[in-house]
Amino acid sequence: MHLYLPIAGLSVNALVIVLLGGAVGILSGMFGVGGGFLTTPLLIFYGVPPAVAVASSATQITGTSVSGVLAHSRRQGVDFRMGMVLVTGGAVGSFAGGFLFRLLQKTGQIDTIINLLYVALLGWIGLAMARESVRAVLATREGKRPPPVTTKRHRKWIAALPFRWRFYGAGLYISPLAPLLLGFVTGLLTVLMGVGGGFILVPAMLYLFGVSARVVVGTSLFQGLFVTATTTLVHALTTHAVDLVLAGLLLIGSVIGAQIGSSMVQRVRPERARMMLAVIVLAVAIRMAIGLTWQPDAIYTVQAL
Amino acid sequence: MIARVTVRGRTGPHRHPASQLAYSVGGRVAVRAGTGPRKKARNLLALLGVVPLLLGASEPRLVPDVSNTQVDIAYSFTGADLLLFGAILYPGGRAPAPDTDVAVVIKGPAEPLLVREKAKVAGIWINHASERFRSVPSFYAVATSRPLDKLVSPRTAAIYELGIDNLLLSPANGASANEQARFEAGLVDLKRKSGLYTEHVGAVSVREGVLYRASVPIPARVPVGRYTAETYLIRNGHIVAAATREISIGKSGFERFMAQAAQSRPLLYGLAAILISLLMGLAAATAFGRARR
Repeated sequence: MHLYLPIAGLSVNALVIVLLGGAVGILSGMFGVGGGFLTTPLLIFYGVPPAVAVASSATQITGTSVSGVLAHSRRQGVDFRMGMVLVTGGAVGSFAGGFLFRLLQKTGQIDTIINLLYVALLGWIGLAMARESVRAVLATREGKRPPPVTTKRHRKWIAALPFRWRFYGAGLYISPLAPLLLGFVTGLLTVLMGVGGGFILVPAMLYLFGVSARVVVGTSLFQGLFVTATTTLVHALTTHAVDLVLAGLLLIGSVIGAQIGSSMVQRVRPERARMMLAVIVLAVAIRMAIGLTWQPDAIYTVQAL
Repeated sequence: MIARVTVRGRTGPHRHPASQLAYSVGGRVAVRAGTGPRKKARNLLALLGVVPLLLGASEPRLVPDVSNTQVDIAYSFTGADLLLFGAILYPGGRAPAPDTDVAVVIKGPAEPLLVREKAKVAGIWINHASERFRSVPSFYAVATSRPLDKLVSPRTAAIYELGIDNLLLSPANGASANEQARFEAGLVDLKRKSGLYTEHVGAVSVREGVLYRASVPIPARVPVGRYTAETYLIRNGHIVAAATREISIGKSGFERFMAQAAQSRPLLYGLAAILISLLMGLAAATAFGRARR
């Protein structure tokens, strides 16, 4: 069934878009990553203008995150206090990111910088996660208890920060400045890279702070909800590129997918889930690295003036 | 359809002053979109090409029409076929000439564009150069009865912008001619690949030198706006008559409402988008929560 997208200005097969949303929703519910990393390039590949793809997938992630957060909160899988601190930092970070974005756009090199950031960051995170999770999986296979996720549960620089708060869900007693800073960095990179912060947030909470694995996915989704809602609004006001028909189609698939994903992850051992996320993160990084060095399909790109 | 067109304002060599000749068709003088001074100059140039030909012998004239002057884009729009047809009238009851050819050019609204070029620097592909173009047609389709190079001389083709390679894109950077040509080729290639610049050889059929019809496909991702359909009558390598009709392509109904809302009420539109996504997330969570219990 073909449907015309009023803002994107082309018609798409509605079923394909719904299924794409569903696949992204499952990933999102399982791993707490937004899924923009998958939706945006696939939509662009389908012929949707890049600005519309970015803006509409932000709208989609908002809905997916709501669905995922509610599913996880049924199992006490969200630390709302930690989430709010991350959101506060994220709000400041996205403003800073927006300013930086405009600065880089003027030079015409924005996509290169985004791609380089992507590759470096995802490669690093992916490798670290893969190493840790493979070790954990091997240890359980040999019948030993898996080693703790973080060896240094109390990192010096985090412990040195003033005013400590108790984060019950996360099982932490640390200064709120640490998650605030993490939120800031995530918000900055979200605006720059156009994808939700799950890729950075999930590993950082796990490995840097030692947040209890039970609440990591839910809390990451909670933060993503606010960030993407803000992103949607910013895009609606500045680029006018939010396509509600496109976002609606994606949402039908992804809100259901998020529910399925969040119950699927209950049946997977946590270290296996981390390994799967590591593989996804590495695959995305490798894909981007290849994209940078291979000759692109289009040497020329067009921007309306 | 024919009746509606033949009532008033035809293009004819002796009835109209030259200035109206090429552009007054079907009862209204079509004001072309984006008439800047440069564009005017180009139109004048095109007219100067027509005038001597038309002032000469009593040449035939064109009576063109389009299947629909208003293309509406609605929810199920997957493209459309524009049918352009009409008659060739020969003054003084002269016998129709069998070797008559017709070319039809459909142009979308022109826009300024910035084209960037990537190059490999230190192992990675980055944007390294750019070129501005002042007026790039957002859509261009030419349909002809025979291959263009057999119809007109390269000079005539260039004057009338017949053929994708003859489009005047007006590069604005003042770069070397070589460089401009490279960027133009890149831009045209992009437009061709996205189906917005097309050439349809043999898509016009001329019946006994009197009636012609052309079918031009309009792709689903066509930009909206005012289009012009120019019809040229060609004989012995010369353009002997020309006529223009306007076509407007626009979104209709729900699609139009959405596009307008996104532009004119961005805050409300953005809030609505967020609300919809929140509600859909909530609905899915509620449905699944109930199913589990």
